[in-house]
Amino acid sequence: GRSFNASLLSSFNIGITGLCFKKVKTHSLQDLRQPAVSSKVFVQRDYNSGTISKFQTKFPSELESRLDKQQFEETIQTLNNLYAEAEKLGGKSYLEGCLACLTAYTIFLCMETHYEKVLKKISRYIKDQNEKIYAPRGLLLTDPIERGLRVVEITIFEDRSIGSGR
Amino acid sequence: MKNCEYQQIDPQALPPATPNPPPPPRGPHGDRGEEPTAPRRKWQVFPGKNRFYCDGRIIVARQSGVLPLTLGLIIVTCGLFFIFDCPFLVKHLTSCIPVIGGLLFVFVVITLLQTSLTDPGILPRATPDEAADIEKQIDNTGNASYRPPPRTKEVLINQQVVKLKYCFTCKMFRPPRTSHCSLCDNCVERFDHHCPWVGNCVGKRNYRFFYTFIVSLSFLTAFIFGCVTTHLALRAQGGKGLMFALQESPGSAVELVVCFFSVWSILGLSGFHTYLVSSNLTTNEDIKGSWSGKSGEDVSNPYSHKNIFVNCCSVLCGPMPPSLIDRRGFLPADESVQTAAVDTELPTLATKSVCTQGTKGLLESATIPPLLSASCPQGKPHSARSCPDKGPAVNPDPELPTSCGRRPAAGSPPARHAKARAKKSKRAAQRVPNPSLDGPVSPASPDAGPGSQAGGHVGATFASLH
Repeated sequence: GRSFNASLLSSFNIGITGLCFKKVKTHSLQDLRQPAVSSKVFVQRDYNSGTISKFQTKFPSELESRLDKQQFEETIQTLNNLYAEAEKLGGKSYLEGCLACLTAYTIFLCMETHYEKVLKKISRYIKDQNEKIYAPRGLLLTDPIERGLRVVEITIFEDRSIGSGR
Repeated sequence: MKNCEYQQIDPQALPPATPNPPPPPRGPHGDRGEEPTAPRRKWQVFPGKNRFYCDGRIIVARQSGVLPLTLGLIIVTCGLFFIFDCPFLVKHLTSCIPVIGGLLFVFVVITLLQTSLTDPGILPRATPDEAADIEKQIDNTGNASYRPPPRTKEVLINQQVVKLKYCFTCKMFRPPRTSHCSLCDNCVERFDHHCPWVGNCVGKRNYRFFYTFIVSLSFLTAFIFGCVTTHLALRAQGGKGLMFALQESPGSAVELVVCFFSVWSILGLSGFHTYLVSSNLTTNEDIKGSWSGKSGEDVSNPYSHKNIFVNCCSVLCGPMPPSLIDRRGFLPADESVQTAAVDTELPTLATKSVCTQGTKGLLESATIPPLLSASCPQGKPHSARSCPDKGPAVNPDPELPTSCGRRPAAGSPPARHAKARAKKSKRAAQRVPNPSLDGPVSPASPDAGPGSQAGGHVGATFASLH
């Protein structure tokens, strides 16, 4: 329950503050711009459909206090759809592949592949989500490509509000 | 829902997960001794056993295996072809011959270099936070037995139970079809095998290059073989005899020998990989018999699209996945202090000469993790299974009867028997199940025991492969 979460968060806090921020945390106006990391939640990959890039939509309990389940699911589902679009097997990707083969794959040196284009779209989407939804709630989504497409890392920042009982 | 005032996080202001490129990237050459504030690229602190050139643009495995030999043989054979055979054939047949030969040669060299110098699909190791998160999960689900719980996780893929193993080196559960290559010390996605001829692992990102390489090499070898035979036959016409023809064109003799011994193995390897591509299997899975339905289980390959055409297209013409290791990205300033620079290599454009070790040394170090074990499917002649047996270097030289041998053959068997013995030992060695394929694959010479006994003396060279 909550006590478990609290101890979890505190252990994470001890473990990872050294890694993330070096600035001293004091309650001053300047520090409001650099809140301390409270913990990190990792949304793992969902391999039920095979090796395609897909993340689990199960709502992590640590985020219950901060985020709507529906919001979270929508974000993850959109990400999954975008990755599916990148890895889609269809006429266009086959054409790209065949053309690449004919040129001994040298076009990869000069052309941006479809996958790379979608990855840029994904990073724009994540930035957008962070600005609109996650940052106001003291959370930060990390682009999975920074983590080798293994996890979606959600960083939970300390709650600086006055009188919060959480 | 928001009953508390959360401090709005400004994503731009945070030192993040994404590294901020520092203003002037001074060339990180020889950065190791400098103060931590110097900008370093991620390839410099890459923990695997890889070497990087051109400031991280080019990646190769630590041991380049026999890549220089492969490249040398191809170049020398083609060179001899253009010098000795082409003039005669252009005069007597058609001038298309050097054109076709030239195109095939260029194609082969380009795909070979791409296979060797491309990231095969290396998975970056888990960050300390992720590792801590996973460890916690494992400990929480452990039961009260006195043995530590097995570090595997089961998932259901297309109604098939697949076990995901935990990689102790990379600190993560390996995705399906991923395997840890001990030679490169990396987890590689859709791991096929580590090819010493190419000096790199063959995985998700460079399998299509590898396949194109071996197919075009088969065409090239067959083409040169055919042309040389025609050339010598034409020269020997009029009762002059073969010896006369060979004396007139000595280069052709070399080409004949090289091509004759290599065309069978390369054709066999191409055939084998065509089978793998059409059934969407990897060499690793085929060798281990993951989906062959042994022990009466009802298993089938969950990754196959059940259609040969779709399988081929998805493997060879599918979207090209990006490199996950971001070699040329800059390290964030706070992480560069903590990341252990295990094996950073000074960038140099000159390729190190591996041949100085000698071929024996190369063979001893060049092992392929998954090796010949399972039974040969329907007795097809592709005896060069997981062992990319590129004949060119193999058969003419009696000390190298196989590409995969860990120990060179004892003594020097006569060249003409090497091929026959090599084939025999390959078939024998293939029936020996390889027990050490689970977990992180490591070249284990003790495992060569059963294989070498089964295969006989020269069999040691194949079976010892691990």
